[in-house]
Order: sequence, then structure tokens, then C-alpha cells
Amino acid sequence: MISSPSVGLVRTQSFTFAYPPRTMVLDSGVDLGPVSLAYETYGQLNSECSNAVLVCHALTGDAHVAGFHEGDDKPGWWDHYVGPGKPIDTDRYFVVCSNVIGSCMGSCGPSSINPATGRYWGLDFPIVTIADMVRAQRELLRHLGIECLLAVVGGSLGGMQVLQWAASYPNMMKGVLALATTSRHSPQAIAFNEVARQSIMSDPNWRNGDYYDGVRPDLGLAVARMIGHITYLSDESMHLKFGRELRHGGGFAFSFETEFQVESYLHHQGKKFVERFDANAFLYITKAADYFDLDLGNADSPARKALAVTNARFLLVSFTSDWLYPTYQSRQMVNVLKELGRDVSFCEITAAWGHDAFLLPDPRLETVIRGFLGGLHGC
Amino acid sequence: MAAEHRAESAKDLRFDLRIVASWIESGSRVLDLGCAGGLLLRHLRDTKGVLGLGIEHDEDEVVSCIAQGLSVIHGDINTELPGFPDNAFDYVVVSQTLQQAYDPTILIQQMLRVGRWGIVSFPNFCCLQIRLQMAFSGHVPVTPELPYQWYNTPNIRVLSLDDFWAYSRAVPFAIRRSLAVNPSGEGKARVVRFWPNLLASYGIFMITGV
Repeated sequence: MISSPSVGLVRTQSFTFAYPPRTMVLDSGVDLGPVSLAYETYGQLNSECSNAVLVCHALTGDAHVAGFHEGDDKPGWWDHYVGPGKPIDTDRYFVVCSNVIGSCMGSCGPSSINPATGRYWGLDFPIVTIADMVRAQRELLRHLGIECLLAVVGGSLGGMQVLQWAASYPNMMKGVLALATTSRHSPQAIAFNEVARQSIMSDPNWRNGDYYDGVRPDLGLAVARMIGHITYLSDESMHLKFGRELRHGGGFAFSFETEFQVESYLHHQGKKFVERFDANAFLYITKAADYFDLDLGNADSPARKALAVTNARFLLVSFTSDWLYPTYQSRQMVNVLKELGRDVSFCEITAAWGHDAFLLPDPRLETVIRGFLGGLHGC
Repeated sequence: MAAEHRAESAKDLRFDLRIVASWIESGSRVLDLGCAGGLLLRHLRDTKGVLGLGIEHDEDEVVSCIAQGLSVIHGDINTELPGFPDNAFDYVVVSQTLQQAYDPTILIQQMLRVGRWGIVSFPNFCCLQIRLQMAFSGHVPVTPELPYQWYNTPNIRVLSLDDFWAYSRAVPFAIRRSLAVNPSGEGKARVVRFWPNLLASYGIFMITGV
């Protein structure tokens, strides 16, 4: 385990673009503007602007990757991997992370105010895609003076953004590091997302997404999170974490109260989640994930054509017990890159923790991230 | 740091890999099947500017390759090879791995499809030491080159240098270069010119399609 110091006290910043009369044209054809992004940066951009690393966050993540916010006792979501002397070394790299559009963690999304009406967007917010999220990040980097990235790094939905980055801007980065992800959202993953969305939409407090002035659909969102959490764990990790343990020991209560530890864990996760996340944002981001498909099996797909000309080096990492984005999905991506003659590395890391593994401390993951970034050469 | 690395990587290189490395041209594209911890690939990168890729099935070895900034795919050489396009590499190296291949003929054919040249090295199962062990001990031989017992050996195919020459006519493929050697300590090797199939413990071949 690394015990290096953290990046310390950090704060989230904001960047807005596409002010009228300009707009950002989304994949759906809808014009959106102005567009706001919450972001954080760590480390220093060097004078050649050649040490920038973009980190992309997962479904319910935010721009706060590392360090501490004023008054917080918990660090950012990937503090173990990002910081001085850590695998994504902020002494060497200038690290940027932005909250995706459609989210509720500071970027514009259904829970932000529609400047045209002065009211919450709710379901009037246009549907966004992973490519839209990436296009917005591109604008942020322009604003920060970054025209070439040393690497784009991310896991899960963040990994989808990473792959989309390579497909949308194949000449803008030296390294592409995608963890526990897929180039095509599977029907199984879509199915789980749909159950989660239905849970939110069937909460009477959801009221077609127009709930910001009243009671929120907490129950629906909590159940959605519980479903999500099941897909982030694994059979093995549930055995290890909970087994069949009962909360109060002794025998069965012969009732429907929360008895098993695993039930209690899911309830706790659901409850915690509604305090920090917005139900509509959950609908939008899961939809973006479901739409994600680089269509790499098709020789005419724009993504495949873009990947055919990139000089970036790729590293894909999967985890043995991840059944949400199983290893075969990373391998499919590896096979496409092999066919295209690209520089690709792949490692399947043995881990019991299911999809969550990419977020947890793992000496092998530390080593490969550090090594891969260290082998990349400036822009 | 680069100079230090270079010296270290040459010193650590196994005798057969030094010869393999000497056969590879600067700036070429190399696929190393069963690359282990990446010693050959790192040496080739650092001294010859080679663009290398390894295939390795052991997770820790894969991690160790990536840690050195090398490109490597975690997988099985038999299943990974068909995914590469024709002539994707200048050289495909199979060092001390052929004797572990389930279907060596398919492996060789795939090597020569994805690369212009194949470089194969393997221990000679008919060298004098092994013949004597067989004749006098009555046990299946155990040597420095083949250090396993019958029950734990990964080597499911044992062959001699002459077997490989005969095999080249059967597949067929052309042998363009060959060297029979004995390791002589500190990563060095002594070339055996007289009666190699009896007196050399190791063979290294450069092959190509016919």
C-alpha cells in the first residue's frame, strides 16, 4: 500500500462555454448552451504542455478525484491512485478531471437551472451521449491550453469516455488507459440500467422528473442504487464481505425486517446515495451508457476508422470477477486494435471484488498504471 | 538512466536470447511469444529501437512487462496469434516455448503468417548428456535445459535439432539461419559446429515460409 501524501486541499472549479448565440450541438441534434463543467486539476502543466493526464469518472462520480475539500474527512474517489508519488503522479503530471454533462455534481444537467426559463431543467434537459460528454471535455481542455494529452485514463463509464476520446480525437493523446469497461454496452448491462430507471420512474415522488420544488423520489433512487451495487460486486466478494451473516446474530426473526448483512449493506448504500445524487441525473447518465457503442465490428464505423490512424498506445485492464463488463468485452477491444495494427497492451487482473475492483487499492493495478504512464512520451 | 538500463539488460539476458537479439535488425517490429518478464523486448527496445509486443499468459509477468513500459497482451499464444493481420511483424520469436505448444505446426504456420521471419529456440533432447542419462540411469532425463520431472514438465513435445530439420521439410518451412550452442555461464554460449545434434544442448533457428 502506498502511503504517500495526498494532493492536499483542493477545490472544484467551473468552466462555461457555448454562450449565446453559440451552442453545443449534441448527438441528438439538440442545441445546448451555455454548457457548464465542474472540474478539478492537480499538479502543474509544464511549459511544453506535454504532461496533461485527463481522468474520466464513472457513473456516479465527480470531478473530485484526489485530495480533500475544505472540512471533508474523506478524500476524492481515486485518491489512492492520484497524488504526489502515486501511480498517477501529480509531481510529474498535470491531472484534470471534469464532471460529465448530464450529471448533478456541478456540471449542467437535469438538476441545474435552465437559463431560458430560470427553472430546473428536469426532463427538458436534452439526452446526452458519451461522445457529448467527451466533446464538452475537449472544450474544457482548450480553455486550459491543452492541445495534446499525455494520457486519458478512466474506468467503467469513465473507460467508455476514454475509448470515445480515442475515437473522437485520435491524434490528441499519447496513451489510452481504459479499465473495467466496454466498447459496446451489453444487453445485460442495459437490462440492469432499465430496472434501475424503472425503480426511479415508478416512485410517485418522481412526477415526470419535476420534483425539485417538493419531495424527491428517494425511495426509487435508493432501490436503483441497490441494483447498481449488486452489479458492482461479485458472488465471491459477497461471500467474503457478508456471507449469510445476520445483523443481530442468533436465529431468524421470521419477518421481513432487514436481517442479512448484505441487505443491510444495500440499504445503507441506497440511503447514502440519495443524499448526494440526483434521480434524474441517474436516468440521463445510465441512458448515455446504454447508447454507448463504438460499433467496432463494422469496418465503416467512424470509431474504427479513427482508431486505425491513431498513434496512441493503449492499455486495457479487466478484472476476473467483473461480470458487469467482463473480460471478454475488453478482449474484443484488444482484438480490434490488434487487427488495426495498433500498439495495445492488455492485462486481466485477478481480483475478487467484481466491477468495483478498479476503484480499490490493488498493487498490480498501481504497477501497471505507473508503468504505462511512465512509458509514454510527451506530446 | 538509459545507459544503466542498457548495461543491466544485456547482462541479465539469457544466452539464447542474446543470440536471438543479435539476429534482429534495428527499428524492426518484433512479436515475442511467451515473453515472460520482457527481458528480450526491453533489451531490443533499449539497444535497437525495436517496436516490440509480447504475449504472456502469466499475470505477474504481464504486470512486470507493463511496469517497464513494454507492450504486452495477457493471453495464450495459441489463441492470440490468429487475431493479428498478415505480416504485422518483421520477426516473431518463440524462445523455449515451442516444446510447450499444443499444436506446434499451427503455431509455426501462424508465426510465418503474421511475421516475415520466425526465430525459434529450444533445448536439444538428443544431446549427449541426455542420451547418457537415458542409457545409464534408466530415468527420464533431467538437465539444466530441461529441469523438470516427467510429472511436472510443461514440455509436452521433446525434439532434437535433427528433428527440427526434418520437421522443416514436413511442414514445410525454410531454415535460413541456425546455431547450435552450449551455454557457458554468465549468459554466454559456445557455438557447437562439430556433430551439433549430439554435442549441443540448444538450437536457435531463423525460419521463413517457402
